[in-house]
Amino acid sequence: MIHQYKLNGYNIVLDVFSGSVHVVDEMTYDAVALLVLGKTHDEVRQALVSNVPRYNSGIPDGEEKYTLEDPDEILRQIDELKEQGKLFAEDIYEPKAFDFKSRSTVVKALCLHVAHTCNLNCSYCFAAQGKFHGKAGLMSFETGKRSLDYLVENSETRRNLEVDFFGGEPLMNFEVCKQLVAYARSIEKEHDKNFRFTLTTNGIGITDEVIEWANRECYNVVLSLDGRKEVNDRFRKSIDGTGSYDIIVPKFQKFVKARGDKNYYMRGTFTHYNPDFTRDLYHMADDLGFTELSMEPVVAAPGADEALTSDDIEIVKEQYEILAKDMIRRRRQGHPITFYHYMIDLSGGPCIYKRISGCGSGTEYMAVTPWGDLYPCHQFVGDERYKLGDIWNGVTNTELRDEFKLCNVYARPDCKDCWAKLYCSGGCAANALHASGDIHGIYKDGCEVFKKRIECALMIKASENEDMEKAQQ
Amino acid sequence: MKHIETLNTRDMVKSLNDGGCGECQTSCGIANQQCEKAKKN
Repeated sequence: MIHQYKLNGYNIVLDVFSGSVHVVDEMTYDAVALLVLGKTHDEVRQALVSNVPRYNSGIPDGEEKYTLEDPDEILRQIDELKEQGKLFAEDIYEPKAFDFKSRSTVVKALCLHVAHTCNLNCSYCFAAQGKFHGKAGLMSFETGKRSLDYLVENSETRRNLEVDFFGGEPLMNFEVCKQLVAYARSIEKEHDKNFRFTLTTNGIGITDEVIEWANRECYNVVLSLDGRKEVNDRFRKSIDGTGSYDIIVPKFQKFVKARGDKNYYMRGTFTHYNPDFTRDLYHMADDLGFTELSMEPVVAAPGADEALTSDDIEIVKEQYEILAKDMIRRRRQGHPITFYHYMIDLSGGPCIYKRISGCGSGTEYMAVTPWGDLYPCHQFVGDERYKLGDIWNGVTNTELRDEFKLCNVYARPDCKDCWAKLYCSGGCAANALHASGDIHGIYKDGCEVFKKRIECALMIKASENEDMEKAQQ
Repeated sequence: MKHIETLNTRDMVKSLNDGGCGECQTSCGIANQQCEKAKKN
């Protein structure tokens, strides 16, 4: 399967099943398109030869022009790439996707809901102001400790184990977070494990002690800020109804400054009210000094005031292109910013097993409620239909776990002909459930947005490659 | 004239044999993942 597109002056050909990315000239771009349509080499050659004058009309005087020999040379290079398995590669992975049910169930990550309560009152919160449509509560140290033991017991030979402090607002249970990290560190050596802790916070509870602890113990921190003051304060309000921006921004700036070169990122949400979200990213970068950025579309019920409309989606796609071009400009000027969805590592990226299986929700990754119940991920918490078991008895709803085991990209009929399927792995099961009523469904608007992000990310890679080549000349 | 520039990408077919260790981070996008082995190298 081939996906080809033009963006920002680059002609990009993605070979889906080999993962190869080719940046090509105009004539090659058309040759590939004709081959995809099933044209023979002779037909392609004829079409290209007859269009040589047209191709040359687009090339400025003084630059190398096409000759009548170029079509043959292009077809030869295409055949060579095909021989190398880098173009028109076949899908040999589908049979592997259905071996997954027989694979052992290893748990390697837990999302600990240490607090089902919050000190903000964000009206768009998917977690219903931190309570997940249930009662408020804090996780006890004993429940957290048992969660860590459960993770170690079920991780087999996996060495790297991840634990997210999540909520609600996890810093409302900071003492337990500290105790749990201390406990984990005390058992790491004995079990040959490496715990990687992360913290997702709204910022209200950040103190000097939190900063010192997080910078020592947390592999990454996610700091929630929606960008411009008026945008942030529209939804992210304190309990008394006032905006949170003026309280949290100075705390975040202090936190990030103290963090040095350790991982963090600012995580914003954009809604129907700000589909022009690049302005919020630029505000965070240029006015506030944050360089590690992420802005995500709101998770909202269709028809909700904040929900993105189909018109918004078109604006959002355009915004992703604007952002990609601006990031290239910033990089070339020596002050780059990072946008998480554009961080693609082409040479050191995920293996095919990861690409097929996706995020691992419900199998290798689960969420734990303050009372020790297990759910496939944080977005399923509160929906009793998706309770998997608990940390004392393990996964008792094995039928549901098996459903998630098989919930990979090849289990989704809608993904069959999609070029992006080995980049998104079929998308988010929770989003699919909320959009289609089925974890095997898809969230169509999410797909559109995702594909645009991948196109932009690959284009940025093409620009990096071009810059590297120029530097070497 | 240079017609095709192929970027340096991980061989997905080869990863059937050298992948699957499961030590990489969980994700909540796959495309953004880095292979733990590749990071070490």
